Amino acid sequence: MSPEKRPLLRRLFEPASIDSQAPAAKFITYALLILWSLVVLVPLYWVLITSFKGPGEVDNGPFYIPFVDFQPSLAAWDFMLLQNYTLGPYLNSVMVALVSTMLAVLIGSLAAYALVRIRFRVKLAGVAVFLILLVAVIVAVATFGVPWEIAVAVAAALFLIALFTFVARTRLALGNNDIEFWIISNRIMPPIVAVLPIYVMFQQLRMLDTQAALIATYTAVNLPIVVWLTRDFFAGIPLDLEESAEIDGASKFRVFFTIALPLVRSGLVATFLLVLILAWNEYLLALFLSNANAQTMPVLVSAQNTTRGPQWWNMSVLIVVMIAPVVVIASVLQKHIARGLLVGAIKG
Amino acid sequence: MTATAGTMTQPPHRLGWAEWLDRHSGRIMVMPAVVVLLCFAIFPLIISAYLSLSRFALAPGGFTLRFIGFANFRKLLTGSQQYHLLGAFGTLGIVQWIILAATAAGLLFLLVRYFSGSPTVVGTLGRLVSAAMAMALITLAALTFAQGGVPGTVVTTLLYVFVGVAVQFALGLGLALLCGQATRGRNFFRVLFFIPLMVTPVGIAYTFRMLADMQKGPFAPLLQAFGIGEWSWATEAWSARLMVLVGDTWQWTPFMFIVLLAAVENQPRDQVEAARLDGANGFQIFRDITWPAIAPIAATVVLIRLIEAFKIIDLPNVLTGGGPGLATESMTLHSFIAWRTQDLGGSAAVGYMLLFISTVVCVSFFNFAVRPARRFES
Repeated sequence: MSPEKRPLLRRLFEPASIDSQAPAAKFITYALLILWSLVVLVPLYWVLITSFKGPGEVDNGPFYIPFVDFQPSLAAWDFMLLQNYTLGPYLNSVMVALVSTMLAVLIGSLAAYALVRIRFRVKLAGVAVFLILLVAVIVAVATFGVPWEIAVAVAAALFLIALFTFVARTRLALGNNDIEFWIISNRIMPPIVAVLPIYVMFQQLRMLDTQAALIATYTAVNLPIVVWLTRDFFAGIPLDLEESAEIDGASKFRVFFTIALPLVRSGLVATFLLVLILAWNEYLLALFLSNANAQTMPVLVSAQNTTRGPQWWNMSVLIVVMIAPVVVIASVLQKHIARGLLVGAIKG
Repeated sequence: MTATAGTMTQPPHRLGWAEWLDRHSGRIMVMPAVVVLLCFAIFPLIISAYLSLSRFALAPGGFTLRFIGFANFRKLLTGSQQYHLLGAFGTLGIVQWIILAATAAGLLFLLVRYFSGSPTVVGTLGRLVSAAMAMALITLAALTFAQGGVPGTVVTTLLYVFVGVAVQFALGLGLALLCGQATRGRNFFRVLFFIPLMVTPVGIAYTFRMLADMQKGPFAPLLQAFGIGEWSWATEAWSARLMVLVGDTWQWTPFMFIVLLAAVENQPRDQVEAARLDGANGFQIFRDITWPAIAPIAATVVLIRLIEAFKIIDLPNVLTGGGPGLATESMTLHSFIAWRTQDLGGSAAVGYMLLFISTVVCVSFFNFAVRPARRFES
């Protein structure tokens, strides 16, 4: 029976061929997909048009379409960007996100490469002694008021003695997988646990509310992700090229920078973008570590929320300038960023 | 520390600077990462443990720390801050008793089944810890959701984690399956659906506040038509929590979607076609072919999402400020609020409890869901 001869209902509910959907199923599929597209777009559209509104357009009830039911104006943009100090936090955000991402990718990929290519054995007893001494130093300094220089010096001496005596004789050691697991597992730790001491630490160093403090902290927080992702990219490249370069006398660093890194370029781009966006969006650490001077955009927006909350038009401008770069990057470079996510999720 | 590179086999001779660098290249490459993590993860973690056991006070020119043992934890678990962390307990109704009995029976059944196999010491300990944690958290939820109870920040966090992740997974999987069916425009949807994941959470929170406004928001005419225009979601505990969940779902469904779509696209095409020729319906194909193919990846994305979900703070802080009352306050926000009131010890104690709960939950999930799913595949 040819498709044309079939009754209408059967044509609607039965697929024409084995690979395709029945017209009714196809209709439902696309209807649902378009529905979710609206769910994605409506919030973004609303914040965008609100930034072109004024007090009148917001307070007199919802208006939906610029030029049709309200006249858009640039007043809020002028007010927030030119008359208010928005540029400072914006530059802070750009600076902190870019520098911390570059550092994290550099340090992380170096470590990941070494963990893939070189066999490590770390004596378990050495790690244990190190941790015990660290705790002892902290307790001695904090509880018994021992000057920290003395405590650290004594601990370092004890550590060296331990290394060359009984630690050298123990057999139990951690291998590459253990080191890697330790690095990656740092991501499980909720940042709130670490941020209090980091706050006190930067307070003691008189570095609170500086870009450097934020850059250092963001680098550390995003490092596990970089190691996790780049490790798979390095593991995927063939050894031959690196080996022949090493036979020619190139050092490990040279091999890394001139051969290995260029080979995983696209993977590095994926990692870089993902970490960049994470750093750009970061809120909790910036909330603790920055105040007026090094404030980043997420903190600025949340701080304005209390004072300017009812001024939708002004808040919308801030949000649009904050999310526009990530929305553009996400839509133009989606393939690259998704690649990073996929490698992470599928490998586990 | 005591790393030794495996490639060091040549006999020692006088080394130049470059040669020394090359011989130790492995250690030098890993060292920056290790030092950074020691300074910003291990060292703070130990200090934080110490802070949680002491009373912190600002003093002229600095601060004083006094060791007070477990007093901070006692205050949170049984003392004056119990209502904040754990919530107020209600009287258990019949439904709660049934849930608790079912949970206990289920956990006991799983334990007994494990013991009738070949139990190991580590396996037994791990299972006991996981089971105790599950029982404790479910009991806490039942007690605070019961008549007269008020959930504290632990239960609120669990709500965000488990309800949020479950909804996001269901939506993400549904969208991935739909998108896998769509032959035309699949890449368009892939790019579009991906965007929310990248949007700054603080921005999402404020945007949803505007969207959900009952008088001036885009849905206001609709709500007024239903006659609920005067009502406000921000003043009721459950509607406020729902708003946080909606914002979180809007942001994180794309993550599930993008990974699961890749998994769906990788399922064995020939098997699907063969099953269709044999007349299998869509549900049978999903159950017997698609699900086994994507299960390991599905378990992994849920794990990643669980880890991140425990850290939630931006959405509740901007959307509701934790209110009304404590209704939407997550544990991270609780810790932040304690810090702002100079209670550093209490803040660190809350942080440590979050660390403990999230680690036990995530490790249990890894052992009892992700691993079996992966074995299933091979």
